[in-house]
Amino acid sequence: MSGVRVLVGTKKGAFICTADGDRKNWKIEGPHFGGWEMYHLKGSPVDPNRIYASQSSGWFGQIVQRSDDGGKTWSPPGSAPEDLASVDGFPQGESNKFVYEGIAGTHRWYDGTPHPWEFKRVWHLEPSLTDPDTVFAGVEDAALFKSTDAGRTWTELSGLRTHTTGADWQPGAGGMCLHTILIDPKAPDRMWVAISAAGCFRTDDGGKTWKPTNKGLISNFMPKPDAEVGHCVHRIALHHTRPDTLFMQKHWDVMRSDDGGDNWVEVSGNLPSDFGFPIDVHAHEPETVYVVPIKSDSEHYVPEGKLRVYRSKTGGGEWEALTNGLPQENCYANVLRDAMAVDTLDECGIYFGTTSGQVYVSPDGGDHWQPIGEHFPSVLSVEVQTLA
Amino acid sequence: MVRVILPHHLRNLAQLGPEIAVNVESPVSVSRILGSIEQAYPVLRGTIRDHGTLKRRPFLRFFACGEDISLDSPDAELPETISNGSEPFLVVGAIAGG
Repeated sequence: MSGVRVLVGTKKGAFICTADGDRKNWKIEGPHFGGWEMYHLKGSPVDPNRIYASQSSGWFGQIVQRSDDGGKTWSPPGSAPEDLASVDGFPQGESNKFVYEGIAGTHRWYDGTPHPWEFKRVWHLEPSLTDPDTVFAGVEDAALFKSTDAGRTWTELSGLRTHTTGADWQPGAGGMCLHTILIDPKAPDRMWVAISAAGCFRTDDGGKTWKPTNKGLISNFMPKPDAEVGHCVHRIALHHTRPDTLFMQKHWDVMRSDDGGDNWVEVSGNLPSDFGFPIDVHAHEPETVYVVPIKSDSEHYVPEGKLRVYRSKTGGGEWEALTNGLPQENCYANVLRDAMAVDTLDECGIYFGTTSGQVYVSPDGGDHWQPIGEHFPSVLSVEVQTLA
Repeated sequence: MVRVILPHHLRNLAQLGPEIAVNVESPVSVSRILGSIEQAYPVLRGTIRDHGTLKRRPFLRFFACGEDISLDSPDAELPETISNGSEPFLVVGAIAGG
């Protein structure tokens, strides 16, 4: 029988939750890397046993971990005994070496002054759709790195950071992070990334050159609200059959594009608040979209003490609250940008994790919810693998 | 052999016991101790000092013979009690975070 594996990254370790296709009874394993911030874990679509994880700490910096057995065992790539010595005999240990290409230069700091580009952590790992050894990393300060040796070494795709607008990029409240990487399933050289607070960018040539794709976004906190860059994009998502259609949760506003990001229109419609972080698309219905509105940019919790996922079956504009099984009083949780996922079983499952440590699943597209676990550390990311 | 005590999380990361001993060429200095640690345990590269600049990570401190030597030159020779293993060299995580 088919099943699912849910990869949960938290502020104090990672957890792996598994269930059969009914998604009712869960086995929870962990914490892996207890005490470390696990920003993101994601499995290769080509080889589900290959999982990459970003492990970080304010004290010890960045570590990249990899599992080749579905999360049972882990090691930093390049630290296995056979990898310990390079040709000249010196140990490798470079899986956590993220060095900007060339002279890094400066970007704009919170106060508007130039600030040196400094690597802080990996926010998001996006494995290739075709090669288990290729994986992309979105990092803070915003840049995109690529590994073609299963995470042993990393090279910056510097065409993004050195874009002519790069010096004008400014951090959002959470830091200047590249947090979303989407690969076009029909044209792998086409990718989108999203950066807080620079905006959305697209490459059509595998990452050599990039163009800002923010036309139609309005950000009233900026001196020029419709500027080419500077927008605090929180998350973008697409359906694999329709890569020209993108959905975006912005700092404020839910947006959609039907031309690969060239133009955006607002689809916030009747949402109780159009501020939020995650956005995702149903696995089999390209016009069914999910968001979790929170109260405001200064009150990062759900409105009215009610944890409600909102679903639109019309590609935005018209939204319905999904509440069955979710707390509807005294709840003040948030759902972060990488903490929502969908599986690809016949009846699509929706998953999300909260800053208060709950992870929920709906095995029926959002109609009914149940907790997988309610007492995890604060959840940073949720991904799901659909297993044959 | 130089004795070294690492913070809990780095010991877990490298799967080490409470104390390690590393061979360090004379004259023994912080940079030479860290080089020996990184050679023996490559997973620790970049976790105590930066890959490129080799600067100490901001929330880590180095202690020898009861003294905080974090701000001393990393190439300064350390006391004989460190180089002969009588006293351990300590890498300590700062108390921070509240």
